[in-house]
Amino acid sequence: MSENPETVSVTIDGKTIQVAPGTTILNAARQIGGEVVPPAMCYYSSLKGSGGKCRTCLVEVSKGSEKDPRPMPKLVASCSTTVMDGMEVKNKTSERVVDARGGVVEFLLLNHPLDCPVCDQAGECKLQDLAFEHGKSKTRYEFKRREFDKIDIGPYIQLHMTRCIMCYRCVHTANQLTDKREHGVLHRGDAAEIGTFIEKSLENDFIGNVIDVCPVGALTDKTFRFRSRVWYTKPMDANCECSKCSGKAVLWMVGNEIARVTGRKDENGEVTEFICNECRFDKKDLSQWNVEGPRKIERSSVISAGHYEQTAPEHTPLLNKA
Amino acid sequence: MSKKLLLEHIDVEGIRTYDVYRKQGGYQAVEKALKGMSSDDVVEEVKKSGLRGRGGAGFPTGMKWSFLAKPDGVPRHLLCNADESEPGTFKDRYLMEKIPHLLIEGMILSSYALGANQSYIYIRGEYMFVMRIVEQAIAEAYANGWLGKNIMGSGFDLDLAITPGAGAYICGEETALIESLEGKRGNPRMKPPFPAVKGLWQRPTVVNNVETIAAVVPIIQHGGDAYAAIGIGRSTGTKLISASGNINKPGVYEIELGLPVEEFIYSEEYCGGIKNGKRLKALIPGGSSVPVLPHYLICKTAAGEPRLMSYESLADGGFATGSMLGSGGFIVYDEDQCIVRNTWNFSRFYHHESCGQCSPCREGTGWMEKVLHRIEEGHGTMEDIDLLWDIQRKIEGNTICPLGDAAAWPVAAAIRHFREEFEWHINEPKLSQERNYGLVTEKTFDAQPA
Amino acid sequence: MTAVMNESRQFTPELLEEVNRIVSLFPEGKQKSALIRVLHLAQAHFGHLDTEAMDYVARLLHLNPIEVYEVATFYSMYDTKPVGKVKLEVCRTGPCMIEGAERIIAHIEKRLGIKDGETTADGLFTLKSVECLGACGYAPMLQAGESFHEHLTEEKVDALIEEYRANPVANYMGLK
Ligand SMILES: Cc1cc2nc3c(=O)[nH]c(=O)nc-3n(C[C@H](O)[C@H](O)[C@H](O)COP(=O)(O)O)c2cc1C
Ligand code: SF4
Ligand code: SF4
Ligand code: FES
Ligand code: FES
Repeated sequence: MSENPETVSVTIDGKTIQVAPGTTILNAARQIGGEVVPPAMCYYSSLKGSGGKCRTCLVEVSKGSEKDPRPMPKLVASCSTTVMDGMEVKNKTSERVVDARGGVVEFLLLNHPLDCPVCDQAGECKLQDLAFEHGKSKTRYEFKRREFDKIDIGPYIQLHMTRCIMCYRCVHTANQLTDKREHGVLHRGDAAEIGTFIEKSLENDFIGNVIDVCPVGALTDKTFRFRSRVWYTKPMDANCECSKCSGKAVLWMVGNEIARVTGRKDENGEVTEFICNECRFDKKDLSQWNVEGPRKIERSSVISAGHYEQTAPEHTPLLNKA
Repeated sequence: MSKKLLLEHIDVEGIRTYDVYRKQGGYQAVEKALKGMSSDDVVEEVKKSGLRGRGGAGFPTGMKWSFLAKPDGVPRHLLCNADESEPGTFKDRYLMEKIPHLLIEGMILSSYALGANQSYIYIRGEYMFVMRIVEQAIAEAYANGWLGKNIMGSGFDLDLAITPGAGAYICGEETALIESLEGKRGNPRMKPPFPAVKGLWQRPTVVNNVETIAAVVPIIQHGGDAYAAIGIGRSTGTKLISASGNINKPGVYEIELGLPVEEFIYSEEYCGGIKNGKRLKALIPGGSSVPVLPHYLICKTAAGEPRLMSYESLADGGFATGSMLGSGGFIVYDEDQCIVRNTWNFSRFYHHESCGQCSPCREGTGWMEKVLHRIEEGHGTMEDIDLLWDIQRKIEGNTICPLGDAAAWPVAAAIRHFREEFEWHINEPKLSQERNYGLVTEKTFDAQPA
Repeated sequence: MTAVMNESRQFTPELLEEVNRIVSLFPEGKQKSALIRVLHLAQAHFGHLDTEAMDYVARLLHLNPIEVYEVATFYSMYDTKPVGKVKLEVCRTGPCMIEGAERIIAHIEKRLGIKDGETTADGLFTLKSVECLGACGYAPMLQAGESFHEHLTEEKVDALIEEYRANPVANYMGLK
């Protein structure tokens, strides 16, 4: 139990931390860091209303609180469940969680294409990381996968709906940027898709950020050059003078050329400061940037796991069965 | 004849109209409440009655009402759930179509109890013709001073409107219903916050089923104690049952809770027995979402007790050997029906109705449908049965709303009780396309607690 | 309400009045709650919900078009593609299936020479199998426009088709 009345105490996989009341289990886990952090494919801290949908962050609450120690009967979404004082949570130490999460990953991969080697997101894809960690070596799905045509939503952004996992992050981003949202979720069930309904471009100075929030390679940057060499791009921190945004970005380099520009992501894979369309799409000349140095990739991903430059997908479960 | 509380006057000529309804004692409960009872008194009577939600979950209505947040200056809303889309269920339609003023009277009483001044009935879009009937009745109620400002000089104001959906089973889930009423896609919300705190337009909201709200009328008229005296144990009062399938007399029946299942199926007063002299094969007692029971667990529980039409008795044995009263959608199967085909049919339904928000339900429902279809068509393998079991297991309990569970349970129950029929489909692919399996063999279950 | 001029899609004054009535059922500023019902009106009036029709509804209710597209594609009763004047929507779910829904669907397919989901060449009939419509005790059944037709037999279906052929006003869901 917390000694300090301003904070509550929560234990996750045996590690205890004091957090502010109202903190979610996921954010408490992130404060502890490391293995206790559940994967989150739809929640995004800066996007209001996000979370709850992908179910990868399910955890077991083995003790509800000091006051009411009963365990919660069902697994709960850690991104949208707030901690109670004295709560005990199991993430990786719960067999139920590992089992259910394996199921969720399998569901997410069911209709996902096997095009990692040619996907812009390759190497920094959360789904790929998850598949690596939880995936079985063979898919049990023997039916035709869902497919959509690629569509351009404006001159800068392309939507590969086939890769989408319906996390709704891009919709929340648009909602937050503008009260004139132009894209959204169409249809329902497994026919649901992200779209504008009519061929329409997304207009907003910051709309390019939907590319960065997308956990997979469904929303991509049409100005991305040397795409075929995505596995060999090297990230560099850089900044520039910008009147619209902080100008703090990551340049993905191929040799001395800028292949693409993205925002900077923290250890949870979330962009800390949104960058504007101009920085992202228009500044492809190295003279427009001050390069700070190589970007450190800290999180446990296929990149840092040493699979980065070996065109990792061959080693991921995704490709073992075509 | 057993006691009728809701359908007592259903056969009176013209009962759909205000004048006839009033002549049969209609709106007396409103008079009684508005003249002599405080809103808390009304809540108290409903608590005493033991009334439980008739929409499926069976949650005590009085208790649900007492959870409603009442912050100062924030309007509260009562929403009536007339989305009725659970396969096998058609009782709310019957009630609204035949005796719409009973629902309106219940809405007035319940709104008064909750201090709600603007209430809505959300009806599935396919019931447009029923909506017209209710809308007409609402107009009559306004014209006669039962709705609007200062009803009967009591100082209580109530505006009531009915508004349609447009084809989505999921909008029967209360938070999806709220989203839909706000003019949005029917995506269920994450809970908490619960509707009782933040519901329609972020205001405190109660959602109740049509039949639940209608039952408030006899409760106020005769008193909560009188209502609680009907029924059995914690299953008080009467319940509308929608009976369908291979029976002689399908239709809507009002039963006293506690009626033996056997009597309901075989007596002339109710279903009148199995059609064409066939044998009973299976029963889904509470709408397509609840577990199917094989013939030997229908009239008797696994413990050998007579199975009764009550929340407790139908659930006796847990999911191992029991089912649920659910919405009262009572679907009877005779020996000629194929459980595999029927399970596939229902899984197609859930696949079709998933909102698609959360991954286990969005992806898993379609997968189950495809595997079931493969088995049904004679192309299945033994591993498919285990695969199905595993898929349903990974959906259940892991989704945002209970539609995931509703999709998983029928598959689980079918495999649990009818595994030999699934295996027969796989081992006899040709034969299974020509004829049906018939009755499954009785299994003995270890006496395991629920 | 802003009157929109020079548009290919336009409600009649009576319909606009009905829209106003529907909007007035909800508190000030909550006109989005009228969307689902107004879309029923638009579908009845325009035949189906094409982009122009949806954009028109968006303007009537002061919504972003995408909010209307999102809703129109979610609910199964809306058609965003052209359909026949009369939609024959046959329930295919469990209780109807065991009472012969598949036989009824096959019969209509044969009679009209179309498959489930298709429209006859003359644009008169669309056949669509749908999920449980709340008539399970009166199975098999179909819905045409606002009407339920229950306890169907092949003969009854034939008579219905002739009736609608002579007077194809069934698909007016949402109109008074
Ligand atoms: C997928 C789903 C569909 C539902 N459909 C209905 C329905 O059509 N009618 C209904 O009254 N309740 C339905 N419910 C239950 C409601 O969520 C809610 O519990 C009920 O309306 C509460 O009313 P009651 O307490 O009076 O039963 C559904 C629930 C789920 C999860
Ligand atoms: S496009 Fe990307 S961000 Fe948008 S819902 Fe799909 S996966 Fe999420
Ligand atoms: S369980 Fe199914 S219906 Fe419910 S929120 Fe998830 S996807 Fe939607
Ligand atoms: S991150 Fe919690 S459900 Fe997706
Ligand atoms: S199953 Fe056909 S109306 Fe219910």
